Amino acid sequence: MVQYDSGEIETEEEIESHSAAFKLFDLRLLIGGLFTLYGIMLTIYSFFTTAEQLKKAADININLWLGLGMLILGLLFLLWARLSPIKHEAVHHFHHDDAAGEPRPPMH
Amino acid sequence: MTRLGTNIFDYSILIIYFALVVAIGLLARRAIATSEDFLLSGRSLAAWVTGIAFISANLGAIEILGMAANGAQYGISTVHFYWIGAVPAMVFLGLVMMPFYYGSRVRSVPEYLRRRFNKPTHLWNAGSFAVASVLSAGVNLYAMAIVIEALLGWPQWLSIVISAGFVLAYIFLGGLSGAIYNEVLQFFVIIAGLIPVVVIGLKDVGGWSGLQQKVLSQPGHENHFSTWTGTQIGSWTNPLGDWFGIVMGLGFVLSFGYWTTNFTEVQRALSAKNLSAAERTPLIGAFPKIFIPALTIIPGLIAIAIVPNLGQTKDLPYNDAIPLLMNHYLPNGTLGIAIAGLLAAFMAGMAANVSSFNTVFTYDIWLTYVRPRRPDSYYLNVGRMVTVVGIVIGIGTAFIASQFSNIMNYIQTLFSFFNAPVFATFIIAMFWKRTSPWSGISGLAAGFFAAVIWQYGIGPNLAYFHAGQTMSGELNAQMVNFYGAIVAFVVDAVVTVVVTLFDKPKPVAELAGLVWGVPDPDAGDPHEGYVRRWWESPKLLGFTALGIVLVLSIIFA
Repeated sequence: MVQYDSGEIETEEEIESHSAAFKLFDLRLLIGGLFTLYGIMLTIYSFFTTAEQLKKAADININLWLGLGMLILGLLFLLWARLSPIKHEAVHHFHHDDAAGEPRPPMH
Repeated sequence: MTRLGTNIFDYSILIIYFALVVAIGLLARRAIATSEDFLLSGRSLAAWVTGIAFISANLGAIEILGMAANGAQYGISTVHFYWIGAVPAMVFLGLVMMPFYYGSRVRSVPEYLRRRFNKPTHLWNAGSFAVASVLSAGVNLYAMAIVIEALLGWPQWLSIVISAGFVLAYIFLGGLSGAIYNEVLQFFVIIAGLIPVVVIGLKDVGGWSGLQQKVLSQPGHENHFSTWTGTQIGSWTNPLGDWFGIVMGLGFVLSFGYWTTNFTEVQRALSAKNLSAAERTPLIGAFPKIFIPALTIIPGLIAIAIVPNLGQTKDLPYNDAIPLLMNHYLPNGTLGIAIAGLLAAFMAGMAANVSSFNTVFTYDIWLTYVRPRRPDSYYLNVGRMVTVVGIVIGIGTAFIASQFSNIMNYIQTLFSFFNAPVFATFIIAMFWKRTSPWSGISGLAAGFFAAVIWQYGIGPNLAYFHAGQTMSGELNAQMVNFYGAIVAFVVDAVVTVVVTLFDKPKPVAELAGLVWGVPDPDAGDPHEGYVRRWWESPKLLGFTALGIVLVLSIIFA
């Protein structure tokens, strides 16, 4: 993750006074959660695959393989989020409150 | 297209997905306090998020279905749209152009033009982009309504209103973050939906060699498994024409014009949290782009192998390739995932248009020309309102398209002429600091008119662009398009240089940070204090992507 010199870090109060972007949630949890859920659903459903459906899919029990694949991907996302959680890093702020929209340099 | 045999399990997968789409909007809402939070995600996103969104914004369902159709019609020559026609431009954007965009702190591509040239140049670009975006959003909605009607049996008006409602919800609430987070999620779901079609299809036709055998044995498909065969200048037989048109027209002018200056794409990189992440955005996106043809072109070829008369009758257009395979191969469950991916891709395609439209309209039109000097909260509200207006116009466009689909084709072609010359203006402006303010609008306008005149007056009347190089042969529309782009580029470049020679240059002080060799003294070091790990090197990522493309191009030549 990005690291800044101590002099470069803006305190959380400063960030809060203009941008709330640091409150954005961790997308990895959501992707991980959805794929884990879909993976479990498909894997269970694959035990009810009919002979007709198996024949349709060229004798591949695709619900099982896709289910396991999605389950593994989902768990990997959850693991990644667990191992390196989002730090509330300082982000670059550009201020555009003047008339013509010319940005001023960041205030440090 | 046949109605899919969906069941309750497929629908529960869909319902879960759509609930999550809205949840992303709701959850992203609390991260919005300023207009930049809403319109540029507060420039806070991680490189892997913006990188996947970069590719996903281009991976709308029209693109997926269209590329499968091209795969069926042209064979693996279609990879030119991915390898030579996308990856080099993405690498160039990341390594060369991003420091100017991100480092100059502009909020949009038109804003770069305003600071580099003047307001007329800015208005030309911002105006054409804004109109083209809302119209594309509408076309996307209409295309989706047709597919849903065929696959699920919903009336067109219902799917237009419902899907527009979902997109409105997650952008109105979550802004660009809502759009980008949904794009990333959609990317993984559409991949999960396409892989089963490819795996089952390949097994069914007997693997890659079986596929080759089945396709090549059909008349008219003899060149379907080579990419550069028949591209010699003078006597081309390749469906995409000669190599000069492919390399210079598609690979250079069109590709660089789209990937490096289209704000829908560049916006994803501008929302990254620092310059390094912005540079890596298109480079990370390049890796999936290299391999996506396996999931679009191969289904097109499988469809040729197993569906008799595909593309030969009006009821069986090439565009139906993927829906036909879903119907043919996928059992319930996997089918639900594939439908969710397809619907998500339609919505993401529309959302990408709407989320870039509202940024350009708010900052480049409203703030610049209509209501400047208001507090930031005012522009946050404008951004939200513009989102509603953009989606309502999109719905209106979709209903018009459903009545007069030919008119929409003409309008889309018209707007593609704006895009054709634009890279000439950018590349000259970034590397020649003498380039004068009035040369911008002059070059862009001249290139636009050159493209129109070529398309309607010159290109189609040249025997060289017809099959067999005689006027009686069928016109190669792709080739006319590629050469038209080259013409527009050259005209734009010549006019830009000539006008510059007669015009006063911009004072160098005003170009700080916008032009190569003129650093902005106030900008500070964008990399200051940033500890980069070795795999985050933009050069390493960029040249690895180019190397993979080179190797694959040789293997599949």
